[in-house]
This record gives sequence, structure tokens and C-alpha cells, in this order.
Amino acid sequence: MITELIVSLFVVAGGIFCFAAGMGVLRLPDLLLRMHASTKAGTLGSGLILVAVAIAFAESTVIARAVAAILFLILTAPVAAHLIGRAAFRSGVPMIDDTACEDGVTEALRKRPAERHPEDATGPATAHVEPEARPEAEAGTPATGGAPRKAP
Amino acid sequence: MTVLDYAVLLGFVLVILGVTLATIRLVIGPTLADRIVALDMMTVQLVAFGGLAALQARSAAFLDVAVVLALVGFLATVCLARYLERRILLSAEELA
Repeated sequence: MITELIVSLFVVAGGIFCFAAGMGVLRLPDLLLRMHASTKAGTLGSGLILVAVAIAFAESTVIARAVAAILFLILTAPVAAHLIGRAAFRSGVPMIDDTACEDGVTEALRKRPAERHPEDATGPATAHVEPEARPEAEAGTPATGGAPRKAP
Repeated sequence: MTVLDYAVLLGFVLVILGVTLATIRLVIGPTLADRIVALDMMTVQLVAFGGLAALQARSAAFLDVAVVLALVGFLATVCLARYLERRILLSAEELA
């Protein structure tokens, strides 16, 4: 009986957080704010419901699966949010007026493709080498290491 | 019906409302990034839905659905984000 009440509490709390996440994704004014709602509230809601499942079944296999799912959600949510946020910022999504942005970040992130062309031009100019250099440059672009270090 | 059944029903209602709101954002989202965020959150909420289904059916098999949905949802989000980023690079290359 006590277990049932605790499970019910977790389920309702998780449902409320999931609803709040959906409300945030729909109503917040800005892509980054919407990501704030979806990443944190959504993960918390799903995690609470999975905790409720683990408590309700109280078997070792179910608990292991629920914990694995929660760990996976918690580990992957920041990675996914970072990827979406970086791609969205580079694509220049509109942001609300009060958004603060550190000096140089916009230049470093958004002007990367234009910056790369002088590099290609100063590289080996032989027609024989250039087809090789191009896939290498493309493979190197997603890693954040290269160009911002050279930029200043 | 016990308290737990009512709680699970309420949880279903709330999660489905959340998915519906995210679907509205998916349809009206002004940019592709908004749609990716909405899809990502819908996947996370479907994980919660799988957990609720496991509770209602009293069968742990639905938990596997939740785990697999979490894995596939992460991969889908990563692929879509990479596509968004590559699309910028490719279009910039075409313009130049």
C-alpha cells in the first residue's frame, strides 16, 4: 500500500514534468529557451516515471533496465542538446533581444566556412593534391579544435 | 481501481498532452532547429510513455521498448543535428 502510494507520487510528478516540458517547448520565445525546457524537464519527467517502474516491480532485472535507461537519458541529453545548440547557433537562429553573447564567439562560430577558403587557397595549389586535401578539410571541420585556434 | 491505476491514467493524460504540445511545435516550428528540438523531446516523452505502459500492463517487456526508444532517439537527434550543421557548411561552400 505504501509502495503503491510512493509509485503513484512518482508517476504523477513525472507526468507533470513531462507536461511542463511540452508546455515549455510550445510557449517559450526562443530556440535556446525551448531547449532548456525540453532537455531538463523532459529528462526529469521520464526519469521519475522510470524510477516509479523500478519501485513498482522491485525485481533485479527490471531495476537494472530502468537504471540503465535513466543513466542513458542523463548521459545523452547534454550531448544532444550541445549538438543541436551549436548547429542552431551556427545557422543563425533568431534569439530574443536580451540574449548576451561573449565577444568573438559569433565570429568564431559563424564565419568558419568563409575562413576556410583562404586556407584552401594558401594550401598546395597543385591540381594533383587538391582533391586529396578537400575531403581532409571537410573531415576536419566538425571538430572544434582546428580553426578557432588559428583565427586570432 | 486502485490509487496506482488512477495515477497511471493521470500520468498517461499528462504525457500525451506533453507530446501533443510538442507536436504543435513540430508543425509550426519556424526553423529546422525548432523541429529537431521538438522531435527530440517527443522521443524522451515516449520513453516515459513506455514506462507508463509497463506499469499499466504489469509487464516489464515495455521497459525494453523504452530503452530502445532512448537509444534510437539519441541517434536520430545526433544525425539531425549533424545534418543541420553540414547543411550550413555545404550551402556556404556553394555560395562561395
